[in-house]
Amino acid sequence: MCLSIPAKIEQIEGDMALCTVGGAEYHASIQMLDYEELNVGDYVLLHTGFAIQKISKEEADATLKIFNEFEKLNVSLDEEEIQTGKRIV
Amino acid sequence: MKYIDEYRDKDKVLSLAELIRKTSVKPIRLMEVCGGHTMSIQRFGIPSLLPETIELVSGPGCPVCVTSRSFIDQAIAYSKLENVIITTYGDLIRVPGSTSTLDKEKAAGADIRMVYSILDALNIAKANKHKKVIFLGIGFETTSPASAAGIIKAQMAGLFNFSVFSAHKIMPPPMAALIDEGVNINGYIGPGHVSTITGSHIYDFIPQKYGLGVVISGFEPLDLLQSVYMLVKQHETNSPKVEIQYSRVVKPEGNAKAQDMLDEVFYLRKDWWRGLGELEASGMGIRDKYAEFDAEKQFDVEVEPTREDKGCICGDILKGLKKPSDCKLFGKACTPAEPVGACMVSNEGACHAYYRYNKDSQ
Repeated sequence: MCLSIPAKIEQIEGDMALCTVGGAEYHASIQMLDYEELNVGDYVLLHTGFAIQKISKEEADATLKIFNEFEKLNVSLDEEEIQTGKRIV
Repeated sequence: MKYIDEYRDKDKVLSLAELIRKTSVKPIRLMEVCGGHTMSIQRFGIPSLLPETIELVSGPGCPVCVTSRSFIDQAIAYSKLENVIITTYGDLIRVPGSTSTLDKEKAAGADIRMVYSILDALNIAKANKHKKVIFLGIGFETTSPASAAGIIKAQMAGLFNFSVFSAHKIMPPPMAALIDEGVNINGYIGPGHVSTITGSHIYDFIPQKYGLGVVISGFEPLDLLQSVYMLVKQHETNSPKVEIQYSRVVKPEGNAKAQDMLDEVFYLRKDWWRGLGELEASGMGIRDKYAEFDAEKQFDVEVEPTREDKGCICGDILKGLKKPSDCKLFGKACTPAEPVGACMVSNEGACHAYYRYNKDSQ
């Protein structure tokens, strides 16, 4: 029920916005956000016809960066385990 | 799709799963309390990526599943009134009441319409001024702000033929009740979209009072695995805390505008949860100042006595005490096509998700 999907803002009309999800268009209410601060091209999270949050590009990029670091950490743990012959936690 | 595909990268998923296997030493049991997580965990086969030390269990995160049959019975009673249109999210339409479903009543002639948004229900009310339009308000803090916004809009537009029948509930009371009941878990995978509205501070009492961690998670495989990793690290180092994995959407303070709307329209009241019974201040009733938009105050109906199905263990499944496959009815008398209990009806119910994604391996 809490299913929400990322949607791109294409047009803003007062407290409503025309959004696209994949190829589909949808008119969503943006009244739950500080919509004066929203811009065309921003991504919002849509739930039952309402945008409930603006998606933070900076935070999204930061999370993706962490996944890259996990990959590196994994490789370095493997190398350490091979060198020491011990399980590294 | 942006903000989805990049969190499904296969190599990163396998690498993170490997890192979790290297990190987890102490056995740990984690509960997710969001139906969306239940679905994602089964859909992406997350348990198959985890070591034996980690067990994932589903909690009371599916609103349809925890709602009482008496709510469905009362909605059906409303649908039988003259000149009434019932509007509802699709999730509720096939949920069994004591002797019928909204779907069956619709087939028998009741005017019951599925909507995607309460805004659609308001448009139905505008187009049918001579009829009473009742919206069935169900869901946790993700969904209830939409109902609040709908009620405020109805008042501003003078749509006095519109009302909401509220079964809205809030998440923290069942999370506390489960631990109080002694359900064996070591941490919560916190609900991502509930927390988008509420923020993360509503869970602060969980590490403080109970010594359990909460990591608020996104819904993609990498999100869920990172959340498991964060909870495993907390568990291994005995440092339970509230953390946000889903930081691209969830802020510690949440969505203040939505919170204000909730506070404007709703008050907290005692409510009944399948498996947990009555919990103080866990449901959302409509404030007296919006009584004109409260179906409970506008319509007086006689509701049939509530009857629960014998043999259905949905209540124990919602508490993480049993798995769907422990139920005698699962996959036999109870399937998505012919559901007995609410956990099989909703596509985010634990039974439905297990059936859909794991049936072949049962």
